[in-house]
Formats: sequence, structure tokens, C-alpha cells
Amino acid sequence: MAILIDEKIPVIVQGFTGQIGTFHAQEMIDYGTNIVGGVTPGKGGGTHLGKPIFNTVKQAVNATGASASIVFVPPPFAADGIMEAADGGISYCVAITDGIPAHDMIRVKRYMRRYRAENRMCLTGPNCAGTISPGKAMLGIMPGHIYTPGRVGIVSRSGTLGYEAAAQLKAIGIGVSTSVGIGGDPINGSSFKDILELFEHDPDTVAVVMIGEIGGPQEAEAAQFFKENMSKPVLGYIAGLTAPKGRRMGHAGAIISAFGESAAEKVEILQECGVTVVPTPSDFGETITKVLA
Amino acid sequence: MDIHEYQAKELLRDYGVTVPPGGLAYSPEQAQYRAVEIGGDKWVVKAQIHSGARGKAGGIKVCSNEHEVVEAATELLGKRLVTHQTGAQGKIVNRLYIEAASDIDREIYVGIVLDRSAERVAVVASSEGGMEIEEIARSKPDSILRCSIEPAVGMQDFEAREIAFGLGLPPSLISRAVTILMGAYRAFRDLDAVMVEINPLVVTKDGRLLALDAKLAFDDNALFRRPGISELRDKSQEDPREMQAADRGLSYVGLDGNIGCIINGAGLAMATMDMIQHAGGSPANFLDIGGGASPERVAKAFKLVSNDENVEAILVNIFAGINRCDWVAEGVVQAVEAMDLKVPLVVRLAGTNVKAGQDILKNSGLPITMADTLAEAANKVVGAWRQGKQ
Repeated sequence: MAILIDEKIPVIVQGFTGQIGTFHAQEMIDYGTNIVGGVTPGKGGGTHLGKPIFNTVKQAVNATGASASIVFVPPPFAADGIMEAADGGISYCVAITDGIPAHDMIRVKRYMRRYRAENRMCLTGPNCAGTISPGKAMLGIMPGHIYTPGRVGIVSRSGTLGYEAAAQLKAIGIGVSTSVGIGGDPINGSSFKDILELFEHDPDTVAVVMIGEIGGPQEAEAAQFFKENMSKPVLGYIAGLTAPKGRRMGHAGAIISAFGESAAEKVEILQECGVTVVPTPSDFGETITKVLA
Repeated sequence: MDIHEYQAKELLRDYGVTVPPGGLAYSPEQAQYRAVEIGGDKWVVKAQIHSGARGKAGGIKVCSNEHEVVEAATELLGKRLVTHQTGAQGKIVNRLYIEAASDIDREIYVGIVLDRSAERVAVVASSEGGMEIEEIARSKPDSILRCSIEPAVGMQDFEAREIAFGLGLPPSLISRAVTILMGAYRAFRDLDAVMVEINPLVVTKDGRLLALDAKLAFDDNALFRRPGISELRDKSQEDPREMQAADRGLSYVGLDGNIGCIINGAGLAMATMDMIQHAGGSPANFLDIGGGASPERVAKAFKLVSNDENVEAILVNIFAGINRCDWVAEGVVQAVEAMDLKVPLVVRLAGTNVKAGQDILKNSGLPITMADTLAEAANKVVGAWRQGKQ
């Protein structure tokens, strides 16, 4: 078991035939992901990487039974692509695209609420590295080989920092059940709390590493959720102790603009809620060893 | 992206927000001409820089005759104003806004922001305007009114009316206030703004509602569809290094430390900076060269970081995912060979083909210190920096 994806889930690629979509679709196929086709409006009927191309998500879902999708659509059209997936019968969508306007994401989130909770698509990202259940399936742009299968969940806003944690875990022989990138944008599909909830209910995950950063309320909300609802240990790291207030640090969402959004304040909140704080980004391995001991 | 007060006022005026009569000046003579054009007997000469708290920094001057306007303009133009938002180097004043002074009865705060928690637009108002919202939240939290806007339909008149009455405005000003609030909201929505702030919105002694100061910030991710907004960019207000970096597709933020950082990924970049501080050093910059970390980008990053006079040691930390370490290492070698590197360099590679990458660095004959882990890299670069200081 894992969360969100496994080797059986049929996946379509939105933005299939573009340069980036093509490259990563091939990587995902090589990893063992069950890619069943792709969507590029106007190129329906053809094939690409040996898989059928469709004009719309609905056509792709009808023909292939796809239940997950990964979005590589360029920023101006990405929000539209995500809403098309939500309406087309996709249950889980990973949006990789970096640079989607914040107002578009407000619209996407509002649009998704028109479906009942049980029929509502789960979205992770945008501006993320994707999701991987090591040894099963990869829906993302990460290097698959740095993850070994195991029982620790990872959820991270940052891509490369998530890799860093996974590599530290692998180095000491600890595997990952699923690693989820929630993305660096101010408004994203799923929050830390949403993913922690999934890990809490996953029988094969025994602990979760949460990798946050400056800006936004999500780490604090997740810490509160941990305190009230979780039985499994959570390890938290917050990047950006040296980041100045009011400056955007790369990610659109990594900016301290309100009280409680700095790394020091977030670390304090994690501690208050009983989350095990990873003191430096070099301590993921050591801290998890202690927690699992 | 930020814009100037006068640009914000021009935009908001088109959405029905009332502002005092004013005009732009690039010289003392123009300032005087503007004052005459505006008329009246009292003007405010306002330095146009991308920062709040200009008043405290001496950037706003009230003048009672033309002579004073010329004097104020002469003093302000070309000056670097330092506020708590600009950093120590301050921001240069190239433009002045000359405005008719208003007799203020009371000051109100109006702000429209992205509420990340609710994933909606929020309208915030307070009867205690004139100070920064953080200060209001501290000293008069009960005065703050909030309205969360339903995204599907946008702000409604009744919501604006509730705020207007909540602010204690007299009945004669309610409909004017509704027009201003709705206008500010529509500007926020239509222009892909991430912040609109009217502070203060004043009630004048003769019973008018006027936006005395206005601030707009826009979503960089949406500028592709707002060409009119992109044109308002004033590069003189931006850090030249950050601008240069942005033009090369790199994300850079200058800081006060001495250890230059070249890293791929925003999160890893922040984490590496934290690690440097933990090791007893201080980062000179945030620099994310992107997940790809191609040799070209590495070379550009080296140029950018080594141009900073404060940099006394450089740390490269690349987690090669899809790219291979050997490829990144070649980029590092090419970049270092092409330049005259005068400071110690520590490189930490991780991820795909790390061994091959390290071999390339080792065999290059260049004075590169290698590190395997993040902690080792930070300790080594801080150690090298300390040694260099002795």
C-alpha cells in the first residue's frame, strides 16, 4: 500500500506531446507507471511514445479508464487543463506546471468544489516535483532511483529539498511509502494537512517527514492537525531561517508577509504541537532513525 | 511586481476610486508647474519609490507656496531614501508626485489581499488608518473588519456596504465608500493584483472621501496577460543584481553575508543558506538556478555571484535529479576555467552519477574543495572563508 498512486492506476499525461511532457512521460513509463495515453488538443487520434493521444480528457478517460493525470500544460492554459481533468472523471491529478497565476488557482479551487467530496478530484501541486510510490509508480519529474520502497511518508513544498531528504533516508537504508510534492505556490491543490491525513490512514506508513518553508499558513495548520488527529510520528523541517521578511525566495509562495510565516515562528508552532523538529537540513536521516528506534 | 503610488492612483481612478488632483514631476521646474496647474494654496510633494513608510524617511513634504515646492523637489530628486522596507542602500527618487493637500478629518485603512488560508480574496478595513496594518493588528485589533469574497460571484455591493457602515461612516458617504471599495476590488480582480492597499483613505473636513496613498502589487505569474501593467515596471527601483538574474532566468535575492550560494531549487537553496548560518557563516545571496541546472546556467550563476564584492567564498550545492552530476560538473569546470576565481570554492554534488561528477572536478586541476553531505559542504565553505579572512 501507499497513498494516492500505485503500479495499477491508469494515468494520462496532459500536455503529452510537448518537449517536457514527452521527456517525463518516457521517464515515468520506464519507472513502471501505468501510462495509458495522453491529451493534446488537436492531435487526437495519433499515437505518441506508443500510447494513444486524445483531444479531450473525457475522451481519454472513456477510452482508457484513466483515473489519474499529470499536467505539463504551459502556465497560461494549465488552470483550464486542471479543471478539465476535474470535470473529466479524473480522481487524482498532479500539476507540475510552474507559473500559474494565483487568481487562476483561486478559480480552480472554487471550481473543484462543485463536486461532492466523494467525487471531487484530489489535486497536488502546481509547481511541484510530483508524487512517487517507490517501486510502484511515479507521477512526477523526480529522479526515481533516489527513493527505495519503505514505510516513511514524505510531503514537501520544495522539489530538490525533498530529494535531499529522500537521499539521506536511502543512505541509512530507510525506504519511502510515498513522497508527495505539494508545490511552492501560494495557493495549491492539497495542503500539508490533507496529505498528513492520507498518511495517517495508510497502514503501510509508520512516520511522516514534512518539509515546509517560509510563507503561508499550511505548516501551522498541519501541526494543529497532527496534535489533534494523528497517531503516527511526524518530523518537520522548515527552510528559510535566514530568509529576510518581505522578499520572495524563489517560490511564488515563499515570502514572509504575515505574523507566524517566518521559519523561526513555524518551528516554534511545530514544537508546541509535538512535531519532532529536524534541526538542520542535514539531519533528516539522523532524526528519523531516532524516531523509528 | 510593485508600482509607484501615482501609477496605482491612476489605475484606481479608472475604477471609480476618488483621488486628490495631482501630477508627476521629474524636475523642480516641473514640480512648480504642476503646483500651479493644480491650484490651491497647499501641496504635498511625494517621493515616488517602491516602499511604504516614506513619510518617516522624509520623502513626503507639505508645502504652502511655490518656492517651498521647488525647494522640496530639489532636495528629494536624486536622493536615496532609506525606509525599514528598502534595506540600508535605500531607493533612488527619480520621480515626484505633486498633489493638492487635503484637510483630513479621519483616516481609514482599506486593503485587499490574497487569503492563502481561505484560498480567496479578502477585503480588510479599519477605522484606524494612517498606520501600517501590522501596527493596527497589534494596537487596535478590534477595529479590523474582514470580508472573504466568494470567488464565483465576486464582491457584492452589500458586502461593501457592511464594511462602510462598520467603519462608522456617515450616511452621506456610504454610497461613495461602496463605489470605492467595489472599484478597488474590481481593480484587484481585473488586473491580477496580489495586493491593493489604500492607506489612508481619508474623510476630508469638507466631507469627501479620498485615497491619499495607494499601493498595488501584481502577480508576476500573470504579467504575460497584463502587458499594460508590465509597462509600469520601474527598473530603477529594483536591485540591479536581481534584475540581471531575472533576465537570465535565475532567481536571486541579495543578502548581507559573505558566502555566495549557487543552488538548484528554491527549497534546497533556503536550506543550504540555513546550513551555512548553522555552521557559523552568513549567506551573501539566495540563488536558485532552477531544477535543470544546465552548464550554461551554472556559468551565468558564477558570473552573478562573483560580481558581488562581499562574496569571500562560494558554495555550489546541486542535487542532480534528471540531469547527471557529471554534466553539472562539466558546467562548473567550464565556468571556473573561464573566469579568474579569487575566492575559495566548495562544491557539493548529489544525486545521479555523483561519482563521475566528483571525478571530473578532481581531475580538472582546479582548486575546488569537494563535499559529500550538506553539513560537510557548509562546514568546509565556512572554514575556507574563515581561513581567507586571516
